[in-house]
Amino acid sequence: MSGATGYAAVMARRAAIMRASVGIDYDRYRTGALAFDYERLLADTGYGIESARAVQAATGVGATPLLELHHLTALVRAVAAPGKGARLFLKDEARNPSGSFKDRRASLSVHEAKRRGYPGVAAATSGNYGAAVASQAAKLGLPCIVVQEAFDSRGIAQPEIAEKTRACEAYGAEVIRLSVGPELFYVFLRVLEETGFFNASLYTPYSIVGIETLGYELALQALDACGRFPDVVIATHAGGGNVTGTARGLRGAGATETEIVAASVDLAGLHMASDRDFNRKSFTTGHTGFSMPFTTWPDRADVPRNAARPLRYLDRFVTVTQGEVFYATELLAQLEGLERGPAGNTSLAAALAIARELDRDRVVVVQETEYTGAGKHPIAQLNLAQSLGIEVRRGDPRENRPGERIVIPERPGQIAARAVDLDRVRRSYLRHALESLPEGAVLEAADYAFLVEETRSSRAYVEEIVHGLQGTRG
Amino acid sequence: MTGTVAAGSWVEIGAVVLAPGERAPQVPEDTRAVPLELRAKGVLAAPARIGERAEIRTAAGRRLAGTLVAVNPAYGHGFGAPVPALADVGREARALLKRAADAGGREDDP
Ligand SMILES: Cc1ncc(COP(=O)(O)O)c(C=O)c1O
Repeated sequence: MSGATGYAAVMARRAAIMRASVGIDYDRYRTGALAFDYERLLADTGYGIESARAVQAATGVGATPLLELHHLTALVRAVAAPGKGARLFLKDEARNPSGSFKDRRASLSVHEAKRRGYPGVAAATSGNYGAAVASQAAKLGLPCIVVQEAFDSRGIAQPEIAEKTRACEAYGAEVIRLSVGPELFYVFLRVLEETGFFNASLYTPYSIVGIETLGYELALQALDACGRFPDVVIATHAGGGNVTGTARGLRGAGATETEIVAASVDLAGLHMASDRDFNRKSFTTGHTGFSMPFTTWPDRADVPRNAARPLRYLDRFVTVTQGEVFYATELLAQLEGLERGPAGNTSLAAALAIARELDRDRVVVVQETEYTGAGKHPIAQLNLAQSLGIEVRRGDPRENRPGERIVIPERPGQIAARAVDLDRVRRSYLRHALESLPEGAVLEAADYAFLVEETRSSRAYVEEIVHGLQGTRG
Repeated sequence: MTGTVAAGSWVEIGAVVLAPGERAPQVPEDTRAVPLELRAKGVLAAPARIGERAEIRTAAGRRLAGTLVAVNPAYGHGFGAPVPALADVGREARALLKRAADAGGREDDP
């Protein structure tokens, strides 16, 4: 089955390794030169929201509470214009078995791996998802391997990832820790090829359908608590699965008018594959280093077709600073008695700014939290940052500079949700789409229809941009 | 330095996966200048010394070989000292809420 194990040889076998390890023939879904049938790919999982909920309930995943943040609402109102300051709610996903919404994401994959007789599961992830897969695998009695990017060339581990290593090992998983670099994917392919394990990728349709239950639950919980669906749902945004699954679940519950906002920590200027920058990010997820490339081109993932397609669902995309997220994390602990992990609070920071601009009767939902603890904590991140020479101080968050200076706001009114221009993101997506077009292929009618859906735009919009790009290509 | 580590000990091994010259073309320069390194933990298959070649059986049952780097490796991550820049955030916010409550719900945030 296998062959040479060198980098180029293994990468050349990636398509076959992927097909065997996720058990999906993605070619079946092709409908044009670029287009594929996204809805059918998801439907063919065989799961809907109700059946996904049943699988999740069997391992204690989901059904987390939606908590009203009375004190943070009062804080926002204290600094808002008269009559402004929406009601803030938060879905406490940290109460899932491994401490984050990633349990929803892992549950269907591990369930499928078991059902189809795979000898184990593997995942390439440095984050909460590894712990989630390991926890689900423990419950279902499958061996598990997690491959992480964990330390820099000086051997300094990112503290949050060190905690994920420990958590995965606590659930009985084998953890392969790597130094910095995208060749993690090569190591992961070798693991899949050697073991024949199921690839519990973050980006399979199982993963996304598993998250739909989150949006579904919160829609109904808000309806119950407030007599209305949420006006705004804010999701911490990285690879795009969180916002995609949540938005689909909201629609599934009938909340078609809810505004979907993605929020990322702004890490502009730091390079994601840089050994030097690795420990200067102070965040391991929920940041622009993932969300920009994945929103503008989802199919860079470890599966041929990414089931997380955020541009189809985003109404708004905003960024917040590192310091604003640490500040929001502190406020959540001190005013609401909820000590939760920093990355998951990215959407909370954005919510504190967005709620300020909305009328008081509006309902804003922060759609998840994550657990916190050793390494996975603002104090651990800020101490590491200072040890690397990064300045940490109070001040105006506009002075925050990723990798150089982390500025903790002085007042809640300083927190801002800075808009990312979605038109630019759509253009970038279309440029990537054209670049992925095989040599000599031309766009068919199905491709135009697909690109309109992908960008939530119109035929005229897509044609104008595509023709402009094609004009400049030759 | 240290003596022989007994078979059956919980250990960590290290290996170079890709030498600097073998790194992927898209990797930035600083990363390309260093090797891609791997660390894995497991049960030592046969007695070995730190720095020597060793084989382990991992938690998932795989056999992996590399250089023995640690015996019963510690989890060293923690919190560290409290960070002064966060120290006053809670107190300030509670004071702001109190002032706002006294003033009927709103406080002018300069
Ligand atoms: C706690 C938490 N929130 C949000 C995200 C972002 O999710 P996604 O990568 O699907 O956008 C992650 C995952 O990276 C996470 O662990």
